Order: sequence, then C-alpha cells, then structure tokens
Amino acid sequence: MEGNGAHRAVETSKTITVEVNGTTYEREVETRRLLVHLIRDDLDLTGTHVGCDTGNCGACSVILNGTLVKSCMLLAVQADGASIETVEGLAEEEQLSSLQQAFSDHHALQCGYCTPGMLMSATALLRENSSPSDEEISKAIQGNICRCTGYWNIVKAIRAASGQEVTE
Amino acid sequence: MSETTTVTQPIVVEEGETRPGYAGQNVPRKEDKRLVQGEGVFFDDVKRHNMGYVHFVRSPYAHAKIRSVDVSKALEHPGVFGTMTGDEVALLTDPFFQISSPPGAHLKDFCLAVGKARFVGEPVAAVVASTREIARDASELVEVDYEPLPVITDAREALGEDAPVLHDDAGTNLTWEGVYEWGDLDQAFAEADRVVKISELHFDRFNSTPLECNGALVEFNRGTGQWTIITNNQFPGFAAIMMGPAMRVGLDKLRFVTQDIGGGFGNKITSHPQLVACCLLARKLKRPVQWTEWRTDFHLSMSHGNERWFQDTEVAVKEDGTLLGFRTTALDDAGAWLRYEPLGGVIWAQVTPGMYRWRHIRLDFKQVVTNKAPVSPNRGYSRMQHLWFTERIIDIVAHELGLDPVEVRKRNYIKAEEMPYETPNGCIYDSGDYSKMLDVALDLIGYGELDAKRADAESRGRLLGLGIGSTLDSGTNNFGQSRLINPELQFSGNNEVATVKLDIFGEIVVTLGTTPQGQSHETTASQVVADILGCSIDDVNVRAGHDSYWNSHAGFSGTYASQFAVTGLGAVKGATDMLAGEMRKLASVVLGCAPEDIELAEGQARMKANPEAALPFMALGAIINANNAGLPEDLDVTLNCRYVYRPPFDPPDVERKYGNLTLTYAAQVHVAVVEVDPETGVYEVVGYVAVDDCGKRINPQVVEGQVMGATAQALGAATHETFTYDEDGNLLTPNFYDYHVPHALDMPPLATGNIESPSPFTSMGTKGMGEGGGAGIHAVCAALQDALSSRGKPIVYDSCNPYHRVWELLSDPEASRQRVRVEAG
Repeated sequence: MEGNGAHRAVETSKTITVEVNGTTYEREVETRRLLVHLIRDDLDLTGTHVGCDTGNCGACSVILNGTLVKSCMLLAVQADGASIETVEGLAEEEQLSSLQQAFSDHHALQCGYCTPGMLMSATALLRENSSPSDEEISKAIQGNICRCTGYWNIVKAIRAASGQEVTE
Repeated sequence: MSETTTVTQPIVVEEGETRPGYAGQNVPRKEDKRLVQGEGVFFDDVKRHNMGYVHFVRSPYAHAKIRSVDVSKALEHPGVFGTMTGDEVALLTDPFFQISSPPGAHLKDFCLAVGKARFVGEPVAAVVASTREIARDASELVEVDYEPLPVITDAREALGEDAPVLHDDAGTNLTWEGVYEWGDLDQAFAEADRVVKISELHFDRFNSTPLECNGALVEFNRGTGQWTIITNNQFPGFAAIMMGPAMRVGLDKLRFVTQDIGGGFGNKITSHPQLVACCLLARKLKRPVQWTEWRTDFHLSMSHGNERWFQDTEVAVKEDGTLLGFRTTALDDAGAWLRYEPLGGVIWAQVTPGMYRWRHIRLDFKQVVTNKAPVSPNRGYSRMQHLWFTERIIDIVAHELGLDPVEVRKRNYIKAEEMPYETPNGCIYDSGDYSKMLDVALDLIGYGELDAKRADAESRGRLLGLGIGSTLDSGTNNFGQSRLINPELQFSGNNEVATVKLDIFGEIVVTLGTTPQGQSHETTASQVVADILGCSIDDVNVRAGHDSYWNSHAGFSGTYASQFAVTGLGAVKGATDMLAGEMRKLASVVLGCAPEDIELAEGQARMKANPEAALPFMALGAIINANNAGLPEDLDVTLNCRYVYRPPFDPPDVERKYGNLTLTYAAQVHVAVVEVDPETGVYEVVGYVAVDDCGKRINPQVVEGQVMGATAQALGAATHETFTYDEDGNLLTPNFYDYHVPHALDMPPLATGNIESPSPFTSMGTKGMGEGGGAGIHAVCAALQDALSSRGKPIVYDSCNPYHRVWELLSDPEASRQRVRVEAG
C-alpha cells in the first residue's frame, strides 16, 4: 500500500473571502494556490481557462477590482476581499452581452478556449474606450493568445460590439 | 473581404432533387452560446470525488541510462496517493504496436521510459496526489539515477558511423527508408536544357501549440474492468488500437468521452502513452486520476511537427521554364519515438507533384530518430513539408533562370481542363483551377501596382518583396497508404459514422463519431440534416463531442486530416437519408398512401397531393417509440438510423507505390508582401491574400475561419515559431515566452477569396479543408527571397526565417548561394 490516502491539513493556509460575479465565497486556501485554481477548482467556475504556465496566454484573464488581470499571475490570497468578474458574469439572465453576441455573429471563436479571456480583455477595453480603433483593439488583446482564428474576426467582433461599423 | 468568383448550383440534398436550403449559408454556430459564456466542458473542467492529480517525473537528460528510480521519499510525502515507474509499466503492459516495417518495427515504446530516457522531458515516473501542487512537489522527491549518454540532435549526424544509437532494438537510427520513383528520370534529365541543383533545404521543427494542453480524467470500473477516459485526444479510433493491445484488453474496455476540445491541429493525436499511464494509475490506486499537461511539458514532449532536410536535389527544366521532374533525398527527423511515424514517410506522397504537371519524380525518404521530442501530425502533416519544398524549387528555378515566378507557375500548373488529373503516383486530383486562383490572388493583392509599391518602399529605405505559395490540402485518407510503409499492415480505406434519430416528442438527435476542436461540426451537421428533413436547424440537436457508449463511431473516427466535410457530413447525409426514407414509409402507412406520395417539409410528413394530410414529426416519433401497437409486422422502421460512410478506395499497389491516397484535393494560393529593413533584417508582412478552393462550402464563414487560422499559423511558423535545441538536447523554446506565436498586433491586413470547384467524388461536392497553412509558410519565404534579390540574390533555404536569419542572408548572400548551381542539361 503506497501512501495513506489521507490529505493532511497544510499549515500554510489562510481563509479568504472573495466576491465573484456578485456572489461572496469564503474558502480556506493554501497560500501558494494560484487565483486561477481557486476560481476553477474551488469555486467551480470553469469558464476561466489555463493555457500556459508563464503568464503569456491570457486564457485566465479576469477583472479584479475593475482591473484586468491574469489570474494565474496572482495568488488566491492576494485576492482576499476583492471583487472579481469572470466570463460567467457577462451574460444577464441567459441574455448574451452585446460583446458575446458579436463574437458569435462574426465567428470570432472556433474552439472557444481563449474566448473567456478574450471577452474579459475586450470588456475591460470597452469600459475605458467606447470607440476603439483596430490598432487599439489589437493592443488590448495583445496579452491573449488565440491559435484558431488569427485574431482578424476577434478584432472585428470587438469593433462591432462597440457600435462601430465593420466590413463583411 | 471575401470574394466568390464562381457561383455553382444549389446543393443537391437528395438524389434527384435540388432545393435551396441551409447548405451554403452562414448560419450562427450552435457551439457559440455555451462557449461565449464559459459553459463549454473541456476535460479539465470535469471533477470526481477523491480524484488524484497526476504529475510526470521527466528526464532532464536527452539521452541517459536509467540505473534506478526510487520513489520512497515521494510516497512518504503527505497527500501522495501513489506512484508508478517504468519497471512496473514493463510488467503490466506490452510495448505499443509499431506502424513501421523493420528496423523501426523493433522499437519498444512504453508509456514511461523503461531502462533509458531518450529526450529531455520524457516521462520516467508518475506521482499521484491530492492536489496538483502536492503532486508536483512530490515528483521532485523521486530520485532517478541517470547515466548520461552521448546525444544526437541533428538528423544529419544520426547516420554517422560513430553516432550513438538511440534504440538498441533497432540497431540503427535509420528507422525507416523508402525509395519512391515514378516516370523516367534519365529521360527527363536527358531532355532538360538546364539542371538546377540545390544541395540542401531545411523545413524547421515547430507545431501549432493548441491553447489547451493535453490531458484526461480517467476512472476505472472494477466491476466491469472498463476505463472511462474523459480526454481531449482528437483521434480516439487510433488511441484505442494503440492502447488496447498494450494494456492487454479489448477495445470495449476503453470508453473515450469528449465534449469540447481547446484546439488540436493534429497535436492531440498521440497522447496515448499518457492515457495508458493514467489508466494504470486509476486501476492501481482505486481512484479517479486527473492529468493536465503543463504548457512547458507540452512543448518539451508532445507532437512536434516533422523536421525535414531536402538534400542533393536536382531539377530538370526546359529553357522556357517547363519543369520535367526532380530527384531528392528527404531526411526526416522523427525525434525519439515513432508514435505516428513513419506515416509521414508516405503522407507526403498524397501531393507528390504539388500543383504541377511534372511526371518524373524520385524521392528517397529516410527517417531517423534523434534525442528530441517525438513528432506526430501537425496541421498540414507531412504534405506541408513536401509542398514547401516543391514551391521552393519553383521559386529558386525562377530566380536562377531569370524567369517570372508567376509565369513559371502558370506554365506548369495542372490545368482545369485536365481534371480529374492522375498524378505520377496514381493520386486523382478531383477538381480545381489553379491558374484562376492565382489570378484572383494577384488581383486582390494589387499585383499591377507592384512596381510602384516597390519604389515607395525603397523611398522609405525598405526592400519590398512579393511571394506566392500554392499548395494542396489533400483530405480523406485512404489508410491503405500505410502499406507503402509496411506491407504487413492490414489497414485500408476510411470511415466515419453518424446516427440520426427521431425521438418521442419529435426531437431530431444527431450523434457523430468525430471529436471537433473548433471546426463547427454541430453547426454544419445541422445544416445538412435540416435541408434533408425539411425543418429548421433549431430543430436539430447535434450532440456535442464524442462518447464510445453512443456507438456512433468506427475504426477511423476522429477529427484529423481534413475530412469532416466528406466523411463526417457524408455519414450525416447517409443517416439522414435513411431516416427520411423511414419517416416517409411510416407516414405512408398511417396516411394510407405510397412512400413516394409523402414529402418532408416544414417539420411535417405530408402528402404531396394533399398537404392538409400531414403528420408532425412529433407524431411519427411517438408512434414508433411509444405507441406502436397495431403497426404492420413487416414495417421495418426504427427512426434511429446509423450510417457508416465509406469512401470509394482501392488498396494502393505496394510494388509500384501507386494509387489514390486521398479522396479530395482542396487548393490554396496565398500571396504575401513583405518589407525588409536591409540594415537589420527586421521585416514585416504588410499585405496578405489567401485564396482557397475546397469545393462546395456548407458554411462559408466556417471555411473562411479555417483559412484564417491556418494562415495565422503559417505566419507564425514562417517568422518565429521554432523548437530549437542546444547541443545537449535541451529545448530552448519550452514555453510561450521563448516560443513566440503570433499575437493580435502581429497580424497583417488580410484579404480572402475563393473559388468553388465541387468535387465529383463526394456526395455533396465538398472537400476536406483546414490544413492549408503551408501555402503561407512558402509565400513568406518567396517574398523574402524576392525582397532581398537586389542584395546579392541570396537563397532562402529554411522554412523559418526569424530576423537574424534574414540578416545573415543580407550580410553574406554568397553563403546561401553556395547551395545552388545551374548546369546545362
């Protein structure tokens, strides 16, 4: 028999409180636990994804206290007391946000793995800049890797969501 | 942005009947609603009570004997559930079946390294613990005693007399070789006015790096002996035939389940070793185990694309640029194991002459093993390397003989009126008009203003160049081609399955055998079904993903190698035609008429002559499933129709290496314009056009999306993406810091165009597509060579040209020119 199967309590843990999409959660977490793993594994909000282990890909992007962050680049304990927005909070009552709808309309997603991070980056952009240029959009999603679309349709969708004209 | 220059008839949805419908339309994707809300289910989203997390202990050496593996300290670590080592694996499993003929056939490949590690990152042991973090910590406590051995990282050195041999069982690093020759080379070179000799070209090692890495959640049912493998493997049919024999169990013991997959591009075909390790651990530890590959682990160990050297190439050319033939040696670097190889040694032959009419071709394919990560399919698998090579020939010949690359292409392209065209090795190009595609592409890029653009760039101190890449995306494999690799193999043909049923409340339910990774199968399948049944796509429920328990799969099921529009939709059409026939038959019994008197329209089965006499689909579903007393005994209707699509193939002639290797041949003509800073070699792609022809398009927007994605991957591969190793076999680009994939700001302006040449060989005129990115790699190479031409005519000899390589070409053009010689024929 290998191992005793028991998960012994780890001393280096801390109880934290976070508000995610309007719901408050209290969890005991290991101090080294990444915020993205708190969100995905402990809160079961699996829309936020992991695509790398170096902070490059942006699939884990969330909005924390109004600021766009990569949730793999923060420890869960650093988010203690924070208000977090994830992709699950974008639609209201099953009604897609205009940004989500634009992603579908303009075929801005294929496999959908990068999409939650893209949507959060774009949400943060549009709050700051209601009428961004293509260049500004590309810059805003520079921290989000997509391997399926080549970004052209993503830029178009974000532009459309901002109410600007796009060419088909 | 998109331009359709050929309008074809509405799609034929039923034999003898043509009606406009959803096919050919951009309908909203069924997949999107869940994916934009973060409600997709990827394998890592699935959890089980008390599951353990798997972490692999990986070799830090590229080549080393494993003297011992000691897991005792890891086992003592709190939270660790158990471990596994190569010694256990060697007892519990048999080596994976090898596709290769000898000597490659003799490799003994297990799910963990046994006795020896052969590349940095090779799994040597596995640890399972209660959290990801503890599993990772404990894996550091596994003590492996290695004895380092000499390392081979360059395929060209693998054949040296003193080269260390990776696999003693094979006795050589040359694990497979095949000489292909068609036509009459002697005659071709005798007829030639010029012979262009190219000493060496290199296709670089990279892959498509899907954003979601590999992984699985594996459960073992002790009562039935069955494993449930919730995974993102994209070719469960292949994984099953690799895993079953190795684990000494029948295929019914392996249940593969998938919903959403975060990109695949071929890179998720060969995860079977890790899946076996997870199966063994789930059984041993009596608990579900979960493995999520880290990004660094993916780069270190999974599915690199085939790196290939083309050596001693000779091209026979007439004075006017007519190409007669070529001979070359293709030296392919498979990395340490033959996980899908040596199939790459024949897959290239699907497109032997590229788009060109030359008839005399000899290619000596040599595949060697090296101390690098194993290769396996990568979008454009093996054809991309070969087509890059043939395109390089075209542009080098044009460059050296002072000919116009556009003219050389047009002179040598297979002509539209020659379709279907039989290639020198018996492949049948089904349809296409390559010259016309080139015209469309040149028009979109503004070829007429090229000189003015060049002058403008020059005035800004930049060198402007234009390059063309014209390639084929051969789709729907005839697996009989594997016999050209190993005549003992008993594979041929291809298949895919769909099941379409009508349920009690009138629900139309479609079950596929495929494993889509973004290719919109739920959407396009519903388009085909709705057109045949005469209903709305909203009434068609296509199950997401794949599950062996659905019994809607066959031996070649999966999503790979450009085929869904043919095999997948062919199966959907076949099953739906069957269901439509049964619905007519049932309605005719109820309404008291002949089946031919019934039509399906507006969600009803009704009499053509009297549309008032109608049964809604719900009534049909209810009668068969829940209200069937009194039906005629001989009424053969289940309303649950399973159809296996089987493309029309014969096994190829093994002796002559001759036969049709794929059913359809989609085409791409891409044009890139680059501007180079001659002081530094830094360049930018400033314009790009992609013209594609994949026959009839069921959903043009989805097709364009595939074109865009393949183009972006090509641009990455052409400019930056490379798996580079140091001399000790350390991968220098093991993550997205060092391995630079394109970001949004890297993308050039893009225009797409298309023509539609329906395939005469498929039921809907469709062709498989999605792998056309190879055109882009070459277009950039050709554009660079054009741009640098005024600076000493350097030769672009590598598929990947980061700025430093361009700078080298600028600073020492003669070094690259040494590779090329033109002789009188």
